[in-house]
Amino acid sequence: MTLKTILLSACSALMFAGVSTTGALAETLTIATVNNGDMVRMQKLTDDFKTKNPDIELKWVTLEENVLRQKVTTDIATKGGQYDIVTIGTYEVPIWAKQGWLAPLDKLGDNYDVNDLLPAIRSGLTSDGKLYAAPFYGESSMVMYRKDLFEKAGLKMPDAPTWEFVADAAKKITDKKGEVYGICLRGKAGWGENMAFLTAMSNSFGARWFDEKWNAQFDQPEWKKTLEFYVKMMKEDGPPGASSNGFNENLALFQQGKCGMWIDATVAASFVADPKQSKVADKVGFALAPDNGLGKRGNWLWAWNLAIPASSKKTDAAEKFVSWATSKDYTNLVAQKEGWLNAPPGTRASLYANADYQKAAPFAKMTLDSINSADPTKPTVKPVPYVGVQFVAIPEFQGIGTAVGQQFSAALAGQSTVDQALKSAQQLTTREMKKAGYPK
Amino acid sequence: MARRITNRRKVVISLIAWSIALALFFPILWTFLTSFKTEGDAVATPPQFLFFHWTTENYIEVQARSDYFLHFFNSVVIAVGSTLIGLAIAIPAAWAMAFAPTKRTKDILMWMLSTKMMPPVGALIPIYLIFRNMGLLDSRWGLVGVLTLINLPIIVWMLYTYFKEIPGEILEAARMDGASLMKEIVYVLTPMAVPGIASTLLLNIILAWNEAFWTLNLSTSEAAPLTTFIASYSSPEGLFYAKLSAASTMAIAPILILGWFSQKQLVRGLTFGAVK
Repeated sequence: MTLKTILLSACSALMFAGVSTTGALAETLTIATVNNGDMVRMQKLTDDFKTKNPDIELKWVTLEENVLRQKVTTDIATKGGQYDIVTIGTYEVPIWAKQGWLAPLDKLGDNYDVNDLLPAIRSGLTSDGKLYAAPFYGESSMVMYRKDLFEKAGLKMPDAPTWEFVADAAKKITDKKGEVYGICLRGKAGWGENMAFLTAMSNSFGARWFDEKWNAQFDQPEWKKTLEFYVKMMKEDGPPGASSNGFNENLALFQQGKCGMWIDATVAASFVADPKQSKVADKVGFALAPDNGLGKRGNWLWAWNLAIPASSKKTDAAEKFVSWATSKDYTNLVAQKEGWLNAPPGTRASLYANADYQKAAPFAKMTLDSINSADPTKPTVKPVPYVGVQFVAIPEFQGIGTAVGQQFSAALAGQSTVDQALKSAQQLTTREMKKAGYPK
Repeated sequence: MARRITNRRKVVISLIAWSIALALFFPILWTFLTSFKTEGDAVATPPQFLFFHWTTENYIEVQARSDYFLHFFNSVVIAVGSTLIGLAIAIPAAWAMAFAPTKRTKDILMWMLSTKMMPPVGALIPIYLIFRNMGLLDSRWGLVGVLTLINLPIIVWMLYTYFKEIPGEILEAARMDGASLMKEIVYVLTPMAVPGIASTLLLNIILAWNEAFWTLNLSTSEAAPLTTFIASYSSPEGLFYAKLSAASTMAIAPILILGWFSQKQLVRGLTFGAVK
């Protein structure tokens, strides 16, 4: 009898416990994110979120960018519902929003201040007037250069250099015996590697991927000028083996003091200016990406954003997290715990108005100017039918961009000529676009 | 005279063997060394071989950031589970093909192998949908199932070739003595094929341990094995090579040690037919 009672009460206690735990566990958010410095920092700082939202548990899935893209695309396309929050780039947001894969963010809270988001970044994340992703950090590209080497060569870097000046300076700085190369640029094939740089560069040469009727434009003189300029400059004053250099390889070269100039993501600024990892931390200057006087500069625009898949069943809790991670309060939290230099850059105007940040980050103004000068809706000199500065926001672009990137990388490596590379690029782009049913 | 040539030849062969072994092992050694460097030293030019500031901070950081033991446990369950289930299916299958072949046996073997010729990504979406509908996404059992099926052709093929080496007359003799089919497989065939089965087992554990396509795509966090653990430290934007190396070292260490200890079995099994 007593045993029975004990058992019964134990059972009911367990049942209650079961009910209450499922109640608490009901709000576990699975967050997919990339392995970038700012994202890892966010993961470390989530205690603050948990204190404010004790009923929400967080589960992290951190992955390399390309692996993440593949996994998340599979899951969202099949409505697998594995993720409640995903980290995606500016390239995906407009495409996925159009597909109905993302939930619109309309409950970010009263304190969120959407109007504080930088307009250039915000416009790339908005579709039909609705915000589909919240920017976590934004970046553009700019020139990073060695002040000491410029001084030695008797040069002065203007705030807004031209391509001609850059090529001329690279020539003067290069000292191949001393293993110092005037200019380091991306050469590794990939739509997010060399093509991000070259597409942005071609914008400043007046080139475009497609005309208004979606005809490929690689047979036009503007592209020829772009690629000839790039290949010539890199062959004469670039590091050896440049055709296999991506962001990381160039970062290593620059930090070791082997590059006079490096044109790449603004996010690199906090790496090269960090004395813990960079040998040239106190000698780095920053300037806007070069232009040719045509009204467009050769800089890109990218942001890593947090979005909520439409297949998530916990959109309310997820939106709370998105709001927390991209808020002004989060920026202050990072500043408090890790210093202003580490605050996620490139998303909010208020950060750039902050005097403490301006003092801590010498590249602040340059980053803001670079971001503001890139317009994803009007990226080129001539009109285009697409959105995107260093990419074309259509699903086919990943494949086409990488294939064209391989042609251009081969031209840099000397395996083919500029003319051959452009001809193949034109052919393959035309073929793929026809297959995809353009013009639509 | 003849003896001296043999000696010299021996030395040359040993030298060549050692240099090939070293060349093959060098990337692993380099990963191991890099895991003890600072991120700055990891990309230094010229590369630093032994004389750098040794540090264990990468291991501490990796430990702090991710749950190594969960991933390790998942890897063990998936690799061992899929191999054992695979063997349980493959031993009878290989027996049938080796000792009771029909007209179509060769074709069936070929057909099994042909499933390995399709790129796995071609089957990703259907399998993902099946997993989603059965609630198997991010579950260990789901991954055990997939890896069993993926490695089954290899297990069957390996066992089939080992069984082929065993004279059918021995089995016939056992049958003459009144052994049932079960007894024949368990008491006669299996003991003779132990080296073959052992090397198949080991090779499949290694294959399943290193399988990175399905394990990455079908798991998120709960069932994620060590492949996901490594993938979380790779980054195209930012230099994290030392941490990536620490994570890689931690992921390959268990299987490397297993390989070392079972080297004899492996080699014996792989050369089973040749030395008979």
